[in-house]
Amino acid sequence: MTTPETSPTLVEATQMHRFSGGERRYAFLVPSSMIFELDEASERVLDRLAAGPKAPGAVVETPEEEAALRELAGVGAVARQGAPLIPIGGLQEVDGPPPIRTVVLNVTNSCNLACRYCYEYGDDRIAEAEVPMAMTEEVARQSVDRLIADSGEARDLQVTFFGGETLLNWRVIRPTVEYAREQAQQAGKRVDFSLTTNATLLTREVSQWIADNGIGVTISVDGDKQFQDSMRVYRSGMGSYDVIAPRIAEFLKLQKRPVGARVTITSKNLDVPRIFEHLMGLGFYEVGFAPVTSSPDQDYALGEEGFDELLDQFRDLADDYVEAATEGRYLGFSNLSDLLGEIHEGVSKAYPCGAGLGLVGVAPGGEVGLCHRFAGSGDHDLGHVATGIDDEKRAEHLQKAHIDARTDCSQCWVRSLCSGGCYHEAQVRYGDRFRPNLHYCDWIRDWTALGLSAYGRILDRNPRFLTRFEGMVRVESPTP
Amino acid sequence: MKHISPKNLKARFATEWLEGGGAARATADDPGPHYPSGCTTIFSPGWEVDSTGGTAALCQPMERDLYDCYKTCYWPAQVPDYLNNSPDWHKNCAAAVQDWREIDLVFP
Repeated sequence: MTTPETSPTLVEATQMHRFSGGERRYAFLVPSSMIFELDEASERVLDRLAAGPKAPGAVVETPEEEAALRELAGVGAVARQGAPLIPIGGLQEVDGPPPIRTVVLNVTNSCNLACRYCYEYGDDRIAEAEVPMAMTEEVARQSVDRLIADSGEARDLQVTFFGGETLLNWRVIRPTVEYAREQAQQAGKRVDFSLTTNATLLTREVSQWIADNGIGVTISVDGDKQFQDSMRVYRSGMGSYDVIAPRIAEFLKLQKRPVGARVTITSKNLDVPRIFEHLMGLGFYEVGFAPVTSSPDQDYALGEEGFDELLDQFRDLADDYVEAATEGRYLGFSNLSDLLGEIHEGVSKAYPCGAGLGLVGVAPGGEVGLCHRFAGSGDHDLGHVATGIDDEKRAEHLQKAHIDARTDCSQCWVRSLCSGGCYHEAQVRYGDRFRPNLHYCDWIRDWTALGLSAYGRILDRNPRFLTRFEGMVRVESPTP
Repeated sequence: MKHISPKNLKARFATEWLEGGGAARATADDPGPHYPSGCTTIFSPGWEVDSTGGTAALCQPMERDLYDCYKTCYWPAQVPDYLNNSPDWHKNCAAAVQDWREIDLVFP
């Protein structure tokens, strides 16, 4: 066998994002998500390659730079022009879809609030209207059985209760938790629980039960009275702040597990520092922000300027986060924590989220969907908990959704972290869940660059802080 | 490594592997790919181009018979892509010795 053309070999820098933290310079490699700190020699080598492929002799001038070039080549940051990257570690072959580890039970489609932006009730609803409104205890039990039956070798399972307003179906949640514990124990597995609520129904009894049972809780809340009452209203139009504020205060006092707040950002409450300060003041451990999912023509939609403004506000909060981390304190900006966790681990994702992968959603009637947002939408059903999950459909979804199947993403440097974005957003926006969410690509790239910058600064000032992200068990948690 | 230092967990893992001789071991265990004469090494934007960047000299079904193409070529789609686009291209050719006339051609 002969080797191919031996024309003068050129070398090129592979895809990467370079960033700095203090005086230090780093490179984030794509798609491996490895991060290396560069010294001056390796920086010079990469600088010379920034304009395009060159002969090795034109890239290095000193023995030191030659050594740097070798090291860069060793980790795949520099390669022979056109050479395919040989993946480190090799590819994993999968026979069929992986086991299910998480079920999200839409225990009710009803809600006692009528938030204007809600995808359950508003204009952007996907699920069909004729489905039963509340899950029965029987369907909840079947869902638990299905989870355990389809979980394969997985030992740690997760049941998440969702709505509607989850606690409207409190009488089903409570026995389901007990049932799932018994069944999991018999199967030699462990099961953890979480739920999302709007806090209106957190009575003393419910709060105490949640604390006693160690249920993880996320509270949907939009900020102070003015912000909360502008969107999160009862059907009568009355705001909900005065109902939830005392309940949240009492609830948080009882809990041992940290409780997070989840804020929907619209054009009506675009003030991250104000919301963050208010909610941390109420006693939340973390606050996460999510831009509203909506068609662009809604008056509360975040336009392009709104997204720019949101990023600027995130940047300021990230600066505060880095200051706190420098002193070894944790500031509960969960969007940034999640991103830093992924950056530190070096995750390289083939799929944007766990939907259909290790997670499925169950509609009140028992229909299985990709996630809680799709559950109950006829076209997207993956079967029924009573009769089984359609693995062929799941496999088809996974094949079409794989990052390698998304040509739009192939040249993007954040593809290994973003992987195309939320299926539900794509469905709402483009009518096709496999379309990458092209309307926020620039935003995601800027946000990821922001995260890397924060990571670089923390590495520079207090790298020990990052050990908190090591050994984290990452469970797919649904984005409400 | 002197000039670059691993920072996140993935980079640390890879560096330990490299410095512990992982790459050398992998090479010793596996002779790695050999390129038959004329084989394309250009895989960007995909394997669907030949060594000139065109499609005129793509791998032919006969390459399936070459050990280095079907066995050690680390990009398995040098034969027509039987996973997605051409699942049946070789269905009439169960045994190349007898059925080689039956093998199909795929024109991209």
